[in-house]
Amino acid sequence: MDINFSEAELAFRDEVRAFLKDAWNEELASQAKQPGSYKDVQVAWERKLNSKGWAAPLWPVEHGGAGWTPTQSYIFENERAAVGAPDVSPFGLKMVGPVIYSFGNDAQKERFLPRILNADDWWCQGYSEPGAGSDLASLKTKAERDGDHYVINGAKIWTTLAQHANWMFCLVRTSSEGKPQQGISFILIDMTSPGITVRPIVTIDGEHHLNEVIFEEVRVPVENLIGEENKGWTYAKSLLAHERTAIAGVADSKRNLAEVKKLAAAEVNGGRAMIEDPIFRQRICDIEIDLMALEFTELRVLASMSKGNGPGVESSLLKLKGTEIQQSIQELKLDLAGYFGTVVQDGASNEQVGHDFGDVARRGFMMSRAATIYGGSDEVQKNITAKFVLGL
Amino acid sequence: MNFDFSEEQQMLKDSVARFVQDEYDFEARNKVVANEAGFSDENWQKFAELGWLSIPFAEDLGGFGGGATDTMAVMEEMGKGLVAEPFAASVLMFGGLLQASAQSEERDALIAAVIDGSLQGAVAYAEPQSRYELKDVKCAAKVEGDTYRLSGEKSLVLNAVSANKIIVSARVSGDQNDEQGIALFLIDADAEGLSKTALRTMDAQLVANLKLENVPAQAICGADEGLAMLQQMRQQLIVALAAEALGIMEKLNATTLEYCKTRKQFGVAIGSFQALQHRMVDTFMAAEQFKSILYRAVCSIEQNESADSIEINVAALKAMLGKAAKHIGGEAVQLHGGMGMTDELDVGHYVRRLLSINAAFGDGDYHQQRFANLSLAS
Ligand SMILES: Cc1cc2nc3c(=O)[nH]c(=O)nc-3n(C[C@H](O)[C@H](O)[C@H](O)COP(=O)(O)OP(=O)(O)OC[C@H]3O[C@@H](n4cnc5c(N)ncnc54)[C@H](O)[C@@H]3O)c2cc1C
Repeated sequence: MDINFSEAELAFRDEVRAFLKDAWNEELASQAKQPGSYKDVQVAWERKLNSKGWAAPLWPVEHGGAGWTPTQSYIFENERAAVGAPDVSPFGLKMVGPVIYSFGNDAQKERFLPRILNADDWWCQGYSEPGAGSDLASLKTKAERDGDHYVINGAKIWTTLAQHANWMFCLVRTSSEGKPQQGISFILIDMTSPGITVRPIVTIDGEHHLNEVIFEEVRVPVENLIGEENKGWTYAKSLLAHERTAIAGVADSKRNLAEVKKLAAAEVNGGRAMIEDPIFRQRICDIEIDLMALEFTELRVLASMSKGNGPGVESSLLKLKGTEIQQSIQELKLDLAGYFGTVVQDGASNEQVGHDFGDVARRGFMMSRAATIYGGSDEVQKNITAKFVLGL
Repeated sequence: MNFDFSEEQQMLKDSVARFVQDEYDFEARNKVVANEAGFSDENWQKFAELGWLSIPFAEDLGGFGGGATDTMAVMEEMGKGLVAEPFAASVLMFGGLLQASAQSEERDALIAAVIDGSLQGAVAYAEPQSRYELKDVKCAAKVEGDTYRLSGEKSLVLNAVSANKIIVSARVSGDQNDEQGIALFLIDADAEGLSKTALRTMDAQLVANLKLENVPAQAICGADEGLAMLQQMRQQLIVALAAEALGIMEKLNATTLEYCKTRKQFGVAIGSFQALQHRMVDTFMAAEQFKSILYRAVCSIEQNESADSIEINVAALKAMLGKAAKHIGGEAVQLHGGMGMTDELDVGHYVRRLLSINAAFGDGDYHQQRFANLSLAS
């Protein structure tokens, strides 16, 4: 039982702080507040990380990773979130990158990994289909071999930020024999190929994050197949495990809760600040206590992994608890905004609205509802925990 | 003991339900809210012809003489259709305050014009700093001869863009949070010195922020009567909006249940998973409990219970509304999976209306504290 940082770790923390001060500067931070700036800010930010060698610190060093210990990673995450710098876009760095270095061939590694590290490509994830959500293995998008190409027909849905993407990593059906999982392949698709249509889906926050992607006779070179044909499910599963730990978001929740406390001190009702309001105080404290525990749950997972053991049973609750806490914090913020949480700002200035966080709170609350749906829904996570952790 | 609607109330409820079914499906409703005014004038005239705009007004004012039960019957069905026409803002709020104000020829003429659909009204009570406190009023009223001049700001005023007349709360005397010294005033919507910034809310309503600079105004109550009138209006509106919320909760539960019966994953309907069945039983129970507390509040009003007893019931109602709205709305989205996140589906629109009703006149937490103050004090 020892949670003190070593001298070396403290020195690392100072290095992170110095880096952030320079890299996440005023200019980038204020650009990030502009509507429609998301992609440009992400790319600029990820390139700064890459030039420091920190774009994908957990990748193996030979592929461009930083060789960080779990403790270093924990320190970085906390410092990053504390200054309000965003997490990296997950699709390249956290999802397809690890699949490529684990299962891809040398040519693929050479071609894609440096471009992923430097945010030269924008990746999207083509898994879900209208008929295949939680039951992903029932996916139907077909890839048929024709000489040196696969010909792809079908439709993907809920594809996050496909409107920005020039590459998609995609699960396709290459065989209908055996169990559904056995006929799935993992393939990389150039989004500029003829026959691809990207249609926007507007979400309940009124924004365009999601898309439907239609494939009509899309020709993809065979060299874009990862690993072996019909083994895609195994590769995808290793990636899903990755997605599920990254999703807990403890450091960002700490920052968001701290922000809510600050806002609650300034928001007044009937002469009393909301931070003095008994019910609001209790809600803040309930969440904070849960978050304090979750932080240590995450540390237990990290400690176990740094000893070379598996992540342990407690890792199963990272996403479940993490997303519950994220949603509760967004709910606090929405409620704190009062009437102004209902406003759709749509280009009006804060001055015209008469408030400065209602619109952000509304959008944040609405989108936070998706956190218990994507990356394995709450219900599916609990089914998995019941089966594999509790043995039911 | 009888919780049935009277024959007349049932007819009223059915007529709203029929309108929603025949003329106000989700597609039609989306066209209506896309209007510049945020609602359809044609529908408004139809409401007038059907007599709905006369419901809360006394018979000797040309009204239907309806009570809380009648309003509840109408609002529940309007909730199911997400009706955007400003029934609550113009008829219940504006009309309600007029009816509660001192009798005069002008007042009666205004009420007649609300009833025949020729006049739209709005009530401006919230201010940028006031949050949910009706008594937090900075907008100032200065006497000028036998009229007044108002200066200050009002926030997110429902229907202010279409209104011909607006009732404004303003301070005649005292400090920002004093309960005394607040009166209500009538102003023309095109009065000199009044400027509006129109905004949309997440439930597709059109609201406006008002800036008043020496706007000529006419008092409609005494200097110490304004707060009590606003509180009375809040009480009536909470009950009405709760009925709308009930309609929405029932609709969301029905839609979600239907989806779970038809959506298949793993080769079976997702409604066959016990994890989801229990959740749907929970949302079903939440809606039924909410209906009960609504009936309780309505009965206490209809039976003229003591003012304290009514206030306790209404605070309890609004406190439960906040919890049930988030619970039922949250589950509706969750159980629809990715579909629940789309703006194309009606589910998100109902959820946003519920959240907006939660914030109206004080959210669940605010009324839970009012409930505590009232209930633990006695
Ligand atoms: C904002 C957002 C972003 C997304 N981004 C992407 C992306 O970039 N790429 C991509 O491929 N996909 C993406 N998805 C899709 C996401 O992975 C799916 O929505 C998810 O897998 C659920 O599938 P579904 O939407 O079809 O819901 P369904 O599977 O139909 O589920 C509906 C409901 O049934 C429940 N349910 C299903 N099975 C069971 C069971 N066995 N037991 C109990 N309950 C069950 C679910 O939990 C849910 O509540 C995104 C989704 C969202 C909302």
